[in-house]
Amino acid sequence: MMTHTNNFVVWMAIAAIVVLATAGDVFMAAAMRQIGDFDAVRARSGMKGAILAVIGNPKFLLGVFCMALSFFSLLFALSRADVSLVAPAAAALTFVTNAFAAKWILKENVDRRRWFAAVCVCIGVFLMSF
Amino acid sequence: MTFRRYMVLVAVMVTAAFGDTFLSAGMREVGPVSFHHLSTLFSALQVPWIVAGIVLLTIFFASYLAALSWADLTFVLPATSFSYVIIALLSQFWLHETITLARWAGILLITLGVGFVTRGPSYTETNVKIASLEHAAEADSSSAKERSA
Repeated sequence: MMTHTNNFVVWMAIAAIVVLATAGDVFMAAAMRQIGDFDAVRARSGMKGAILAVIGNPKFLLGVFCMALSFFSLLFALSRADVSLVAPAAAALTFVTNAFAAKWILKENVDRRRWFAAVCVCIGVFLMSF
Repeated sequence: MTFRRYMVLVAVMVTAAFGDTFLSAGMREVGPVSFHHLSTLFSALQVPWIVAGIVLLTIFFASYLAALSWADLTFVLPATSFSYVIIALLSQFWLHETITLARWAGILLITLGVGFVTRGPSYTETNVKIASLEHAAEADSSSAKERSA
């Protein structure tokens, strides 16, 4: 199934998935952090109010836009390569880019335990592409 | 972390794995998409597997957002990465792709990472958050005083 040209196209598609997914994750995590505990919001303003709070958040909408583009890149890649290559490869790279983005942009406390987990999962996911 | 919250994380894993696998089964029916006919991607939306995959991924999305509202991104992502193990098992037993020794090693490492991160703290408390909680606590106690007065 894999030719050299197809290989290059697949990896470019995977790169697009990774960059767009990281941007989407960071925007959405920032939005949900801003909104706060979803159960508490729901208790305060009901399910409808809670959904409106999420949908009306500009960061959330930006995140969804990035995720939608990432999704179409995923469909494109899946049409040319096995899901067992595309999904793990894109995910492994996204773990690393997300850990950096969470630390520097979201200011999350990425301690040694989390770095270790991110690296474990990243190598593990990478191994799954063989 | 309560039991309910762990269940939300499990929902994230399962719906993500089945959603992606359904999409893959659907795109096999559609066949390779070329750069010159990207509109083929829209006709993919008529394939039942793709529709089922999208429904599952919608549930995934809602659970994922709920998890992000009470946990960090760097907690939720590794904690839910077990979905890649489920994808591997599904792709072997249902889509008939092969699980090599390297893949089993990968499965082991991911499971290790998941176990490791879920034993740690789940949320970074920010100053703003702590301040707003204190403010809420003050408001509570002052309204309690008003009631008792």
